[in-house]
Amino acid sequence: MTTDPAVEGGVSRRSLLGAGGVGLAALAAGFAGGFGTAKAVSGPPEPTATDVVPFHGTHQAGIVTPAQDRLHFATFDLTTTSRDDVVALLQAWTAAAERMTRGLPAGELGPDDGPYEAPPDDTGEAQDLTAANLTITFGFGRSLFTDAHGTDRFGLAARRPAALQDLPHFPGDMLEDARVGGDLAVQACADDPQVAVHAIRNLARLAFGTAQVRWSQLGYGRTSRTSSAQATPRNLFGFKDGTANIVAEDAKALAEHVWVAPGDDPAAAWLAGGSYLVARRIRMIIETWDRGSLHEQETNVGRTKGSGAPLSGGKETTEPDFARSGSDGKPLIDPRSHVALAHPSRNGGARLLRRGYNYTDGSDGLGHLDAGLFFLAFVRDPGTQYVPMQTALASNDLMSEYLRHTGSGLFAVPPGPRPGEYVGQALFEA
Amino acid sequence: MPRKYSPTFVLPALGLAALLATAGCTPNDPAAASTGKDGGPSTVTVTSTADKCTLSATSAPSGNVVFQVSNTGDDVTEFYLLAADGKRIVGEIENIGPGLERRLVVTAKPGTYRAACKPGMVGDGIQTAFTVTDSGADTSPTGSEADQLATATASYVGYVRDQTDQLVTATQQFVAAYEAGDDAQARALYPSARVHYERIEPVAESFGDLDPRLDARQADVEQGQTWSGWHLLEKDLWAPQPAANGGTAYTALTPAQRTQFGDQLVADTQDLHTRVHAEDFATSLDAATIANGSKGLLDEVATRKVSGEEEIWSHTDLSDFQANVEGAQVAFEDLQDVVHAKDPQLEQQLVTRFKDLTALLAAHQHGSGWVSYTTLTQDQVKALSAAVDALSEPLSRLASAVVL
Repeated sequence: MTTDPAVEGGVSRRSLLGAGGVGLAALAAGFAGGFGTAKAVSGPPEPTATDVVPFHGTHQAGIVTPAQDRLHFATFDLTTTSRDDVVALLQAWTAAAERMTRGLPAGELGPDDGPYEAPPDDTGEAQDLTAANLTITFGFGRSLFTDAHGTDRFGLAARRPAALQDLPHFPGDMLEDARVGGDLAVQACADDPQVAVHAIRNLARLAFGTAQVRWSQLGYGRTSRTSSAQATPRNLFGFKDGTANIVAEDAKALAEHVWVAPGDDPAAAWLAGGSYLVARRIRMIIETWDRGSLHEQETNVGRTKGSGAPLSGGKETTEPDFARSGSDGKPLIDPRSHVALAHPSRNGGARLLRRGYNYTDGSDGLGHLDAGLFFLAFVRDPGTQYVPMQTALASNDLMSEYLRHTGSGLFAVPPGPRPGEYVGQALFEA
Repeated sequence: MPRKYSPTFVLPALGLAALLATAGCTPNDPAAASTGKDGGPSTVTVTSTADKCTLSATSAPSGNVVFQVSNTGDDVTEFYLLAADGKRIVGEIENIGPGLERRLVVTAKPGTYRAACKPGMVGDGIQTAFTVTDSGADTSPTGSEADQLATATASYVGYVRDQTDQLVTATQQFVAAYEAGDDAQARALYPSARVHYERIEPVAESFGDLDPRLDARQADVEQGQTWSGWHLLEKDLWAPQPAANGGTAYTALTPAQRTQFGDQLVADTQDLHTRVHAEDFATSLDAATIANGSKGLLDEVATRKVSGEEEIWSHTDLSDFQANVEGAQVAFEDLQDVVHAKDPQLEQQLVTRFKDLTALLAAHQHGSGWVSYTTLTQDQVKALSAAVDALSEPLSRLASAVVL
């Protein structure tokens, strides 16, 4: 671990670490029998690094950020009863997240520059890797505010957003207790899976004694585009997914459908500029799906498998025409198809910012892949945007035959921290 | 419940008429479509506009011919391969939206045809002469297929009606015991009555309103909606411990509720019986529907029965399993003559794999019924799952084999 790797199109952790060498040396001096001085300073960080996403801002990163290729998502249960501990954890997480998103180690010393007799303050597997557009997005579950018995755990109950409730049971739900809920949620996205896993691993480490991982999920092959510059990717059914997604460039749609506005919820003014994150682990019964005829598959989706055009004609981006009927007088797009049921026109104009990933978690022991979609969506109000849509989909969607919802969570996502603030500060200190 | 709206079961058969091609022989055409590599099908591209129907070739060698149809007009279009009289349909693709592309695969015998695009889906369409030259390829058997298909359909309709007859009787007996509070008798009758439902499940599911009322599992029910049908009674007869009931003690149905839901089950079953005995039920079935129903039954097994998800209180999944397989086998056997003629290899594979699965399942018989799902070891479940997959994969090709 001695050389500075040349990293194309990004800033290497090593060079950034070197740039921070002044602080490092100062810290080092504090250790008796210290560990030597920082290594050669290699100049200021490249200001135009192409794969660093700013951590601070009005909104948290990782929502409208163009969807990266990889995901590691985790939820945490708080094991403490102390509000101060929770605040301290969020402060530590904020600092570590801010560093890691810049491509720096989680701790200030790094994986191999700390005291020889101490465990390193960064686990090290992301050394030599770039920031890979890492974003770390935090959310708060209903159970942070009140537990199952209604107890106000941390004096936050009065500030619980009204829309932050347990999702109802949807038809066909097969939720596994070990994949549901959580007091805190962390979504780490990056273009390199190791960078995303590194982020969750180091945050989990900082949490020991205060919070423990409840469940986590790896994802790959983003299934949505969140920027108009991105092509629409495919889900594991082999179809393009998220064609009609809200994209970062559409400020009006974001304001209307994604960001919680001041005044939306007077009791939860702290959430203004934030959003809600709906997470659903949706297993696809892919072996059975694969045996369906192309005709059936396209009927279920409402789009062609090749171009992704709606069955009413045109190309992928053509707006579906649900009124257009074929020779038998029936609509070309089946009213129970996924496209028809999920369309804003059938959902009171509701739209989502989807940010899901494919997942494959080995097999189920019966010779079938445990694979599917890890659905992530950001909405301004889950009660009007997600719940009615999912109710309709679960009851009527032709595709639901091939789906099993096995994990679930709903989280309030606070606004982005300003420099010097910690994530969710307004909730705890306003 | 399960395949709630069973899309496979309501899809129209495509190109059934392709089987009925005419005989005859014409010389090679200079504009013939070339045969694909390794004797694969020849491909003719067709462009349908508002007023033109342009084919890349006006002839093709006999055998499988693929028409790749692009709709570049503004209206929904259709493409037909018609017999020389310009009327009788040899193969068709309906509902091609503007800008979309679809493929029609026909097994064409030598002869003269008319190819037609029908933008706007009205009139006789824009027709072009199309010739199929004799390539020497075996475009298959002499003519009794239409008869075979008709026989297959009639036979399957008879089977479905007979099963609903038996279902009504068995359901009445089951409900009588249940409403009388004779739980032991009701538990004994439960799996054997359901057999008649499970054998024809895709038919019941094609009536989208009936299946949820009859066969919804608790998890299928939307919050706030009333749960009814077989599985409600199942839960009441095999009352769960609190741990299996969301942590709360199970509340048994009152005698009045037993009567209410028992009577409803009988009435809904009668409704199903009435619907399959209606005239239009027989005409709604065709070979592709039957074949897809057979596949649908195995899908049921693969996703609900192998995993023990169907009967979570009674654990009588193996009884349903057997019934699904029996129903699938009947559907296959009705079509067997046609498959034998069209694709003997597929036929043989299906025969073998039905036999393998049935034998494997028979090992779990217990008296006149089946062992509880909970007694199966993981290895036994895995072996069943493998046999189901082995059968399901070729079975998924049955529909295209009988209609192409």
